[in-house]
Amino acid sequence: MSELSYWNLGESISLRDAFGRGLTHLAGKRDDFVLFDADVAGGTGAKPFVNAFPEKTIQFGIAEQNMVAAAAGFADTGIIPVVTTFAAFGVMRAHEQFRTAIAYAERNVKLCCSHLGLDVGPDGATAQMLEDLATMRAIPNVTVVVPADANQLMQALPAILDHKGPVYMRIGRSPAPIITEPAAGFAIGKAYRIKEGNDLTLVATGVMVARALEAAERLQQEGITARVINLATIKPLDRNELFAAARETGAILTAEDHNMLGGMGSAVAELLCQTIPVPMKIVGVQDQFGKSGEPEELAERFGLTARHLTSAAKELLKHKKSPQ
Amino acid sequence: MIDLHNCARKIRKLAIEAIYHARSGHPGGSLSVADILAVLYFREMQVDPANPFWPERDRLVLAKGHACPALYAALALKGFFPPKETIGLRKIDHFLEGHPDVRIPGVDAPSGSLGMGLSQGLGMALGSRYTGRNFRTYVILGDGDMQEGSTWEAFMAAGHHKVGSLTAILDSNGLQGEDTVANQMNFSPLAPKLSCFGWQVLEVDGHDMGQLCSALDSARESADKPSFILAHTTKGKGVPFMENQQIWHGSSTLTDEQLHQSLHALEA
Repeated sequence: MSELSYWNLGESISLRDAFGRGLTHLAGKRDDFVLFDADVAGGTGAKPFVNAFPEKTIQFGIAEQNMVAAAAGFADTGIIPVVTTFAAFGVMRAHEQFRTAIAYAERNVKLCCSHLGLDVGPDGATAQMLEDLATMRAIPNVTVVVPADANQLMQALPAILDHKGPVYMRIGRSPAPIITEPAAGFAIGKAYRIKEGNDLTLVATGVMVARALEAAERLQQEGITARVINLATIKPLDRNELFAAARETGAILTAEDHNMLGGMGSAVAELLCQTIPVPMKIVGVQDQFGKSGEPEELAERFGLTARHLTSAAKELLKHKKSPQ
Repeated sequence: MIDLHNCARKIRKLAIEAIYHARSGHPGGSLSVADILAVLYFREMQVDPANPFWPERDRLVLAKGHACPALYAALALKGFFPPKETIGLRKIDHFLEGHPDVRIPGVDAPSGSLGMGLSQGLGMALGSRYTGRNFRTYVILGDGDMQEGSTWEAFMAAGHHKVGSLTAILDSNGLQGEDTVANQMNFSPLAPKLSCFGWQVLEVDGHDMGQLCSALDSARESADKPSFILAHTTKGKGVPFMENQQIWHGSSTLTDEQLHQSLHALEA
């Protein structure tokens, strides 16, 4: 049984590596889950688990629709399938299986996908899933979790296993800086305020949280205090934390490595426009497909860097109403 | 000794009455699958209507979910809920959904979208092996399921994993939504295809109780091969004006006269 470990702030760790490590650790402690793989354990990070627990691994070959629907049936026996593949296949190809066989029937299945957003990098547009948050959060009964770093993922893993019902979790591929302390904990449905500020709020998810923190520091140098929220659960939303952000800072900038249509920014906008409307900006990929390149190059090309967030924040502040 | 013919006759009557009251629903496929359901629920499967979630129970997935009026009839006759409830089919304040829903007592899987049933059954069978509960899983496929690619993914995986506790029964009535199977997308011959995929293939008259029973016995004896029972059936079986008539595949509204004729034929 491997020791559960965390990383120090500032280290850079791939979430998929943490996923394999965390899952292997948990399998030594609890007997209530198995791993479903579609011949991509090396890519999803699940390989250490497969090597350590072959008897708890079920191989489906490259046939994701069958794997996802089979997970629904398997869950009926009381054991939780942790279903792993790349998001383009697990989310998109098997989308109807997830909707009907898992979500409609409220099966206790955890779909954990890697290869998300421009973070995928050189594999290019076919592998860069930019639509998963939009499609998954539109399905009833589904919880959508997006850890921001390896430490948070380590704590999200037992939390999603303990949660009864369908969960979709996004797992980044490229090394991502550690920005959360293990002591911060993780709870489904909780948004984490990781920097205080009153002029506006940056609500970020996944790899964009580190960039939002960097943007907040840049803004600080210009005398603007930005609150930063790590929105690690896209569904259900932490309404109270978002209401507080809207009330107390009066402007919301969202940031996600996802199409700006239908994703986290849309979710936040849907909530706030009906309750506490404030000026907003949604930073994401501008309704286009990605392309090959290194993740940082792609972030630059598609407008997802801290610098882009900084200028979007300043633009947003022009629309913020002055206090009455 | 349970009279399986009588069970099947009651399933057909309840299904037709339910469709009449709903003013919609699929009569053709409900009538073709009735004998298969009768044999499964009244001879083959270990289930407990008083405890629908009994972990050791045998599972049934009606992949051809549009035939659920017959499934609901079988479940009602088995005692999962009162037979009078079946006329609530498809009504807004009633629990009998237009396609199977796991919230209905006795329903083990949602279906209605063709091509997902065999995979769900495979998952149950793998779970049976993993948990050591050793229950059996039955999946009733329709001709339409055979045209969905994911069904073949499931055939491949079940053969590969040697899931002997899984039995698929094809209610092959030869007619699909718009035309004959032969015209729309012919998948014959099935026996050589499925043998190649590692399945034991058995072929029966799907309205012959004796043949269905022996095929299910052979399936039970297969330790490491999943079993595929190709059951040749007649769409609309038991109601002469519906038999082999394409128009009775789809969702239908029955007139009072048609209900009367159907019940009369089923009494005979």
